[in-house]
Amino acid sequence: MNLFNLFGKKTFPHGIHPDEYKAETNAKPTRRLPFAPEIIVPLAQNIGKSAKAIVFKGQHITRGEVIAEADGFMSVPIHAPVTGIVKEIDIASNAKGGKEPAIIITTSLNSGQQVPEPDNYYDYQQMSREDLIKAVQNIGMVGLGGAAFPTHVKMNVPADRTIHTVLINGCECEPFLTTDHRVMLENIDNLLLGIRIAMKCVAAPKAIIGVEDNKLNVLEAIKPHLPNDGTITIEAVETKYPQGAEKMLAYSLLGIEIPSEGLPSEVGLAVFNVATLAEIGALLPKGQGLIERVITITGDDLKKPGNYLAPIGTPLRYLLDYAGFQGAEAELILGGPMMGMPARSLDVPITKGTGAVLVLDKRATKNDDILPCIKCTQCLQACPINLNPSELGLLAAKRQYDVMEEQYHLNDCFECGCCSYVCPSNIPLVQYFRIAKVLNRERHLQNG
Amino acid sequence: MAKSDLKIDIRTSPYIRKAPSVAQIMRNVVYALLPLAAYSVYQFGISALALLLVTTLSCMATEHFFCWMSGKKSTILDASAAVSGLLLAMTLPPGFPLWMAAVAGFTAIAMGKTLFGGLGFNVFNPALVGRAFIQAAFPVSITTWTPALAVDRFVEFIPSTLALPFMKPAATAEWTTQVAIDGFSGATPLALMKFQGIITDSYDLFIGNVTGSAGETSSLLILLCGLYLIYKNMLDWRIPAAVIFGTVISAELFYFLDPSKYPSPAFMVFSGGLMFAAVFMASDMVASPVTPLGIFVFGVLVGFLTVIIRLFGGLTEAVMYAILFGNAATPIIETYTQPRIYGARKKAKEKS
Repeated sequence: MNLFNLFGKKTFPHGIHPDEYKAETNAKPTRRLPFAPEIIVPLAQNIGKSAKAIVFKGQHITRGEVIAEADGFMSVPIHAPVTGIVKEIDIASNAKGGKEPAIIITTSLNSGQQVPEPDNYYDYQQMSREDLIKAVQNIGMVGLGGAAFPTHVKMNVPADRTIHTVLINGCECEPFLTTDHRVMLENIDNLLLGIRIAMKCVAAPKAIIGVEDNKLNVLEAIKPHLPNDGTITIEAVETKYPQGAEKMLAYSLLGIEIPSEGLPSEVGLAVFNVATLAEIGALLPKGQGLIERVITITGDDLKKPGNYLAPIGTPLRYLLDYAGFQGAEAELILGGPMMGMPARSLDVPITKGTGAVLVLDKRATKNDDILPCIKCTQCLQACPINLNPSELGLLAAKRQYDVMEEQYHLNDCFECGCCSYVCPSNIPLVQYFRIAKVLNRERHLQNG
Repeated sequence: MAKSDLKIDIRTSPYIRKAPSVAQIMRNVVYALLPLAAYSVYQFGISALALLLVTTLSCMATEHFFCWMSGKKSTILDASAAVSGLLLAMTLPPGFPLWMAAVAGFTAIAMGKTLFGGLGFNVFNPALVGRAFIQAAFPVSITTWTPALAVDRFVEFIPSTLALPFMKPAATAEWTTQVAIDGFSGATPLALMKFQGIITDSYDLFIGNVTGSAGETSSLLILLCGLYLIYKNMLDWRIPAAVIFGTVISAELFYFLDPSKYPSPAFMVFSGGLMFAAVFMASDMVASPVTPLGIFVFGVLVGFLTVIIRLFGGLTEAVMYAILFGNAATPIIETYTQPRIYGARKKAKEKS
């Protein structure tokens, strides 16, 4: 059992307590972002295969219609975020600094931008498990917590595995981010419907919502809506990063460890993000596609930080203008400050997996010299997986990537960044590990 | 309007960090050592002060010199050389000749640190390397202790302090008898135990009313200074705890076998700089293990070896060699004590 739970708060060993920076945005209701004049919809928005465009240049499209279809099971369709005209199907900048195929749409600003009423409504209780999973794929759903893994693939649990509990991740442990917080306060009915749908998809009798104890108002808000039979419960867990990692949450709530390099289903768990299930609850009954999502826009030099319901494909330039960005030099981060990805250009659009746009001014820690490891053990005491980042970092410096993988469990690192956060020598440990993983993968491919 | 000429900075995650820098850690260790330095000056007077200054300056100058020689930016500002210098001075007898102390400081940094590649790469605690070197080079001076609280200690150097290089230091025996006060002989508690069979009272040891090396006499003060560093999260409490645990267990074993022949665990823990070594020497981050189990094994090993060398070896200052041995064993300890990772599988996964 989880010894930590015997002494009060539900939590996991190690981890860090960064400053939260959530007060700027967590009390403000979500507002709708206006439609940008031009929308860029990348075809590769999810882990797995890209969608295939089915529209042509110059075609009039209506908000909500399918503009790219799923290419196989590891793929989801993409729906038009706006009513408008396809300006181009071309390559466009992505956050990584490269280019990739995208559908570029000129928004019809005169149109009412109404999503057409559905032909018929779906009652999940009348549907078979297979039909439900198919329906989740058809609405283009991916994990909205950041990973953008196709949700229906997760729901398609192998036949030899039984799921006993669905864990719903409402931790939102990254500093600055408050989208999940707002969704849990504003979208409770849809969230609970989404939970029931997920429970049916994975045939689980029980579901637990895990929320960090810096959001106790969420617990108060949701508790009255929970069913009396105890099939869905909500629990507070300690506010600690990376509590929202599925491995950590499984341990904090149930004392269960998800096996190394394995899936949660191996130990009878399925983990979903709250925003994902809230969207499923909202969209699946109507058969409508995922065309917008709540994102946090926050950080430095912003006049109007807050949570915005933004159409997928809105370029950062438009987003930051609207939020009143005034800086001349900044870091633009898609996601949170611990695991987010830097955006290289203002022409990058937000995608289904983008939960936040964070603007950081020059921070004090910038460009510090990297010093030798003094083996202070802070990283070992921070790593939630109990790796030895100190040794891994020394091995990386010696380019012994194979040893890192074979003896020091490199592949169990999920890149939460705790080690880099606490390192007094400024060693970019987690970046070393990312590089090592990429090089190992290439080596394995070469060796067959 | 977001400017089109917006300068976008790019780094990789995480974008926020919160950690004391290496220099901040080292500076705090210096702060923690200052009360001990002050107490040693109070006990032994200007000789101790001169000793502290000489070793610290010698260590820093050596570090600076080698950085300059290798064309690197000087690293003396990270204060790690100053830490080594202070630690070194506190393990020396207060009347230690200053020129020998300078040699010790040079050796500590040159052979204990720079030779291995500087901070972060030293296999042994540099201060102990310096001390081990002079233990072999100047065996008489390093075992010549003088009494604490001599009346003229703030105006008069201990005669041996000002010995000229390569000359025989002035004998202190006569001076010692002149200044000796009741209850304070020139011999350290460990020497009294080993050679005369006299066991010093544990309370005196704890408070520091005894003769000894410059900074290791008061266990109480050492503990307080250590607590400050632990509070600042700049000292790993597990190492001193494991060393003390190892010492107590090993000493208890012998004490249990024959209480008349072997000293009590309390005596072992509070005498001969063990407390100082446990808190400030064994805990040298670079040369001690990083794995949780490794830290425990290392500490217990150091404690055990200390007791064995003290009881059965020819030397009284055992803890230094115990730690050096522990440092040498660190890589192999780490190899066998890697932490169990989250979700570890019972059997190693078949390679596909």
